[in-house]
Order: sequence, then C-alpha cells, then structure tokens
Amino acid sequence: MAKVKSGEIFKDISKQITESQVWTSTFRHGYADTPRNRVLQIASNVWLHLHPVKMHRHALRIKFTWCMGGITFLLFLSTIVTGVILMFYYRPVGEYAYYDMKYLQYDVPFGMLMRNMHRWAAHAMVITVWLHMFRVFLTGSYKPPREFNWVIGVFLVTFTLLLSFTGYLLPWDQLAMWAVTVGTNMARATPFLGHEGPFAEYVGVTPRYDARSVLIGGSLVGPPALLRFYVLHCIFIPLVAGGLMIVHFWRIRKDGGISGPL
Amino acid sequence: MAQAKAVSKATPAGKAGSKDKKEEQVDTLWSRRDFFSYAGWASFLGAVGLSSLYFTRLLFPRVLFEPSPIFKAGNPMDYTVGEVSTKWVNDQRVWIVRDDEGIYAIFALCTHLGCTPRWLRSENKYKCPCHGSGFTREGMHFEGPAPRPLERLKIALAPDGQLIIDKSKKFLYEKGQWGDPGSKFLI
Repeated sequence: MAKVKSGEIFKDISKQITESQVWTSTFRHGYADTPRNRVLQIASNVWLHLHPVKMHRHALRIKFTWCMGGITFLLFLSTIVTGVILMFYYRPVGEYAYYDMKYLQYDVPFGMLMRNMHRWAAHAMVITVWLHMFRVFLTGSYKPPREFNWVIGVFLVTFTLLLSFTGYLLPWDQLAMWAVTVGTNMARATPFLGHEGPFAEYVGVTPRYDARSVLIGGSLVGPPALLRFYVLHCIFIPLVAGGLMIVHFWRIRKDGGISGPL
Repeated sequence: MAQAKAVSKATPAGKAGSKDKKEEQVDTLWSRRDFFSYAGWASFLGAVGLSSLYFTRLLFPRVLFEPSPIFKAGNPMDYTVGEVSTKWVNDQRVWIVRDDEGIYAIFALCTHLGCTPRWLRSENKYKCPCHGSGFTREGMHFEGPAPRPLERLKIALAPDGQLIIDKSKKFLYEKGQWGDPGSKFLI
C-alpha cells in the first residue's frame, strides 16, 4: 500500500518492463538529446540512406547471401507496380470481379502480361522469402544481436503468406471461392475468438460474431468477403509489410551489417 | 534524480533543503505536472482504445445480405422410410433421412475441410470426393480423414403442415446433441 501511495509501484513496473529482453532488444540504449545525435537522426535516416555507408567485403559474396532478401524485395516491388496497374480495371464486386479478371486477360492490351507478372511474382516471392529465411538460419544470422531482426522477419513471412492468401480470392472463380472457404474455416478454431475453438464458450463468441465472420464479413464467402479481402490485400497488409520492411532493412545496418561467414 | 543526490551529498545545506522538500511531498502521489501529464496520456490512450472498439464493432454489420438459413422441405409424407432424399442437396445442401421413428436433416458438409459429400445409394454411405471421408447413413464417420460425424440440423413442423429446417441451429453428435429436442421430427 505504501508502495502504491508513494508511486514506487510505477517505478517497479517500469523497471520490470524496461529490463525485459523484448524491451532491451527493441530499444538498445536511451536517447541522449545532443546536437550530434540530432544531426545523426537526419544523416542516418532510413529514407535518405537505405544502404549503409560502408559494407563488408564478404557482404558482396553471392555464395553467402544468395541475394534472397534483395530478390524478395524486388519481387514485392513488382507486385506493387503490376498490382496498381491491375487496379485500373478490377472491381471488387461480386457481379464484376470475375469478368474484370477475364477482361484484363483477353481484351486489355498487356492485361494478360500484367496479371501473370503479378501472379508469378507473388508465387516467386513466397519461395524466395522461405529461401532467405533458410539462408539466415543456416548462417546463424538469427543469433544476437540480430534476434530482433529475425522476429521482424518472421512477421514479414506471415504477412507475405497473408498477401498471397487474400490475393487468392480476387479472381472470384470456383478455385478461389472454395480455397478461401476452406482456408477461412480454420479461423473457426481460433482459441477464444473462433466459435468452434477452445474456450469459445467462456468468451461467448457465436458463428455470427467471431474471428471468421470478421474476416469474411458474414457467415459465408460472398461479396462482402471479396471486398474485405480486396482492402486487406491492396491497402492494409502492404502498408504493414512495407513498414516492417523499412525496420527490417534499417535494423541490418544497426546490427553491424549482414553477418560474416562462420 | 542522480544529480540531485550528488548535490545533496556534497553540501549539508542541500541535504537539508532536499529533506524539507521530501517532507512537503510526502502526502502527494503526483505533482501537478505529473497529474496533467498522466491525464493527457490517459485521455489519449482512452480515445485510441475507444475508437479501436468502435472500429471492431463496425466490422460486424447488423444486417447480412445472405440467403435465409430457414427453408421449407415439403410434406413429411413425401419421404419414404429407409430412404435418403437428395432432393435439397443442390439448393440447400441438406439430406433428409426418414427412418422408422421419424425424419432428420443432415448438413451435406464434410467435417474434414468442408466439401460436399455424395450420397452413394448402392454402397449405403456418404462419400466425400475431396479426401475420401466416408459416413454411414446416420452420418457417423467410419473412413477417411473426417474427425467427427456429419452435423444434423433443426427440423420441425410448420403450422401449414410442411417440414421446416433451420440450418443455423446444428446438433453435434460429439456433444451428445443428436437426441435433443428439434434434432429429429418424430412421426
């Protein structure tokens, strides 16, 4: 009680938080507000200097990195460019989506090329992101001080898969419908939040109000699901993934460049 | 804080001064400055928290433009004893089974991954084309990857003498609900 009254308890709690591993690997040291640090804030800004000022010679060896991270980012950029071009024709409405997709393929000049580039870049991105993760694992680059960046990378893998999954519904054909029906059925079994999952009876979720219905905007994969997946696919997930990529690249530099050969 | 301590150690006057200050503050949990700082943060976090709640609620519309889960399945006498009727599978995804005791409705949705099984009359079983799950006439799983029996649906008699089936109310065997009222229409 004395602790509460004197405010000591806040100090104790903040100490517990700031000394945890999650906190210390996120914020390595305090910020000293000096003129030098203010200049460095600008000079080492990730928007101005994506690449480090100096690099290790071994960082250029293709045999070590396979260029997989860079290739993944390049593929991400190509899906953005081709995806924005596809948005000029595609309407995420039940009546139009399938025909817009066919229109793009057969009647829009270079439409087939754009759609296939988008599709194949997305497939390739999933493959290269796994290979990148495989390389990082084999070279032990997930170890401290890079453990924070590994966690960011795990989030990025997840968002890459979510981008693929949400994009899968957009052609609005039988394959998409049923793949997403089966895929979103998994959300029924989410612990606490899915109506068929463990502990659902304590939370009181129903088929009408649970993790699955929020994802597809109803109780079956219909036009609301198409619109929701479209917004997630084109806006929400790319923004989050893009933000995480910025942190991911910046963190490489902060952790002393890419890891050296063992 | 550390600086103040260093000063208080160096000069006795400073020590006395800090002691007075401490006594002054002994009944005060927060200074005025702290209070306004916490109040500011609390209102900011409160606003963010509340708008997150509103946004979460916004994602669940009050009206869904979906087909009604309730349909009428004709007169009970349309179904013959010992038969599995596939009359409603295409439109409603429901089999209607009549046995000696009464009529029940089985939801034609594989409990493995949600494909539509087929009723194979000659083999007396429902068979899923996707991964080969098989179910008996009653809906019990006996082969393939399906982890649990098919689901039964609520069945009753409407005032106009027709069977009425509600697909939003399910009866699960593994929860012991197949004997519950509404799971079977007894004749």
